[in-house]
Amino acid sequence: MVVFLIRRLLHGLLVLWLITVAVFALFFIAPSNVAQSLAGRQATPETIALIKHRLGLDQPVWKQYLHFVWNALHGNLGYDYYHQVPVTAIIGQALPITVSLALGAAILWLLLGVFNGVISAVHPRSLADRGLTLFSLFFYSFPSFLLGLLFLYFVYFKLTLAGFNWFPAGGYSPLAQGIGGWFDHLTLPWLTLALLLAATYTRLTRGAMLDVLGEDYIRTARSKGLRESRVIVRHGLRSALTPVVTQFGIDLGQLVGGVVVTETVFSLPGLGQTAVTAINQQDLPVIIGIVLFASAAVVVANLLVDIMYAVLDPRVRLH
Amino acid sequence: MTAIMEVVEAPQIQGRSPFTLAMRRLRRDKVAMVSLAVIALIVLMAVFAPVFAHLTGHPPNEQYRDTGLTPDGLPRGPDGTFWLGTDDLGRDVLVRIAYGARVSLLVGVAATAITVAVGIVLGLAAGFLGGIVDTVLARLIDVVLSVPFLLVAIALVSVTGPSLTITVLVIGFFSWASVARIVRGQVLSLREREFVEAARSLGAGDTRIMFVDILPNVLAPVIVYTTLLVPVVIVTQATLSFLGLGLPPPTADWGGMINEAQAYYTTAWWFILFPGLALLITTLAFNLFGDGVRDAFDPRADRS
Repeated sequence: MVVFLIRRLLHGLLVLWLITVAVFALFFIAPSNVAQSLAGRQATPETIALIKHRLGLDQPVWKQYLHFVWNALHGNLGYDYYHQVPVTAIIGQALPITVSLALGAAILWLLLGVFNGVISAVHPRSLADRGLTLFSLFFYSFPSFLLGLLFLYFVYFKLTLAGFNWFPAGGYSPLAQGIGGWFDHLTLPWLTLALLLAATYTRLTRGAMLDVLGEDYIRTARSKGLRESRVIVRHGLRSALTPVVTQFGIDLGQLVGGVVVTETVFSLPGLGQTAVTAINQQDLPVIIGIVLFASAAVVVANLLVDIMYAVLDPRVRLH
Repeated sequence: MTAIMEVVEAPQIQGRSPFTLAMRRLRRDKVAMVSLAVIALIVLMAVFAPVFAHLTGHPPNEQYRDTGLTPDGLPRGPDGTFWLGTDDLGRDVLVRIAYGARVSLLVGVAATAITVAVGIVLGLAAGFLGGIVDTVLARLIDVVLSVPFLLVAIALVSVTGPSLTITVLVIGFFSWASVARIVRGQVLSLREREFVEAARSLGAGDTRIMFVDILPNVLAPVIVYTTLLVPVVIVTQATLSFLGLGLPPPTADWGGMINEAQAYYTTAWWFILFPGLALLITTLAFNLFGDGVRDAFDPRADRS
């Protein structure tokens, strides 16, 4: 078990290291006129050279890379080009917003997906099954920005016009300033994300449940005279949830870097929106910092899923 | 595999491959067939986009600043001249939607083709050759799957400047890994099977075994994945456009139109509704069709 864990950990670190190389190569080799735009329109070549020197951009790429890795290993991801704020501080500020968004949506989509999946599996090919499949595929087909804009139009604009001032148009209100404001600001983004992602879970739960419900021990449970609801939830759902939990871990990890659009549509200043702003300003340290952080989230999530799998299923440890 | 007809006194036993059987199941699936018809209509709309321009008399990028805008300079609603209204520059929304279908379908098909081709070749190589090749490719797959795709795609496109080629390449570059992972997993178990040994004992080389003997056996999951990948690619392209990184203006594409329409959603509903509907109908049709393909190729998942 320990050997397995160490090997997985080393794999994860290797992947992260490869990502730093790739990201660094891509963005630092690409032509950049950051010094130019920092210096303003009437800058002399000397000013630009000075700025380049101060940002370390006049050094060879490999030196910049070593410098970056050395600092990163000491928990320093560099400073943003415009205000010299540490990138770690920028991430620290944006992270709670992204986490609030992701976790709230996750609870919603898990409930929605698993519930619909179980209903579909218990009555396969029924009207309910077909209806739920269509329902989840319908929302799954939505581009996130379109669903977000629809919510803004109907739930914010139309409701506010009708005198129901329930939801704000966007923005974020920290949890520290009261749970009500936090909740109101996040409800529509949560719904958007949850409806988009629930489809995957409906399908996973349905498939796994159908498999499990055909097993012998379910028949045994039924013939013992257990109530049907107990058979389905305690005996069926329990073992059907393994693939769901796996997918859940992977999705949560990917959400850290994957909620760009939802954050943009609802003007939530989380990691995604911060990254988009940084990309528009060619603020490389911030871009690299966030990309690296989001990749790390995926690697860690995959690692946790692997560990959990190994705990649940001893056969995994063998290879 | 082909033991479908076991009626002894049948005059002729027809051999049916799993593929033929899957196609038969697919043809009986009404939802899938209706979706396919919708997809065909969208393809026709894309192919005959110039006909829309001809019928209405409005080229896609022509700005009708006098007839296409209200005196206040706002988009005009649907009427006899502009069937689906006009956009903020007085252009015909219907004609632009028809031309936008070309972009969505082109990117959808091209990026999916690249993804599947690269994914199959690298997945086969990793799974069959094993050893150092597998180690390197498996790590590469891990890396690509761990990168936050949309963030890096946005960053890349903003560095290189938006264009059709870049969009296709970026989407292809980040999507092949999933296909490769599926293929690799299948090949790992297939290469131990007897028919591979048989092929080798007949003197077949690695390339021949990989592409002639093994490949047909991994096609079913790949076909299923591919049909479901097309709508994902179309959404990704629209998302990039929506974020202002699609095609350089004035080219019409759905994501870009929705982006332009955002500012007018309270005053000109048609400007955002119709491109949005076009996009939604397209992805929904592909997803429903893909769902049917999945059921057809894997009937076990849908047994009752």
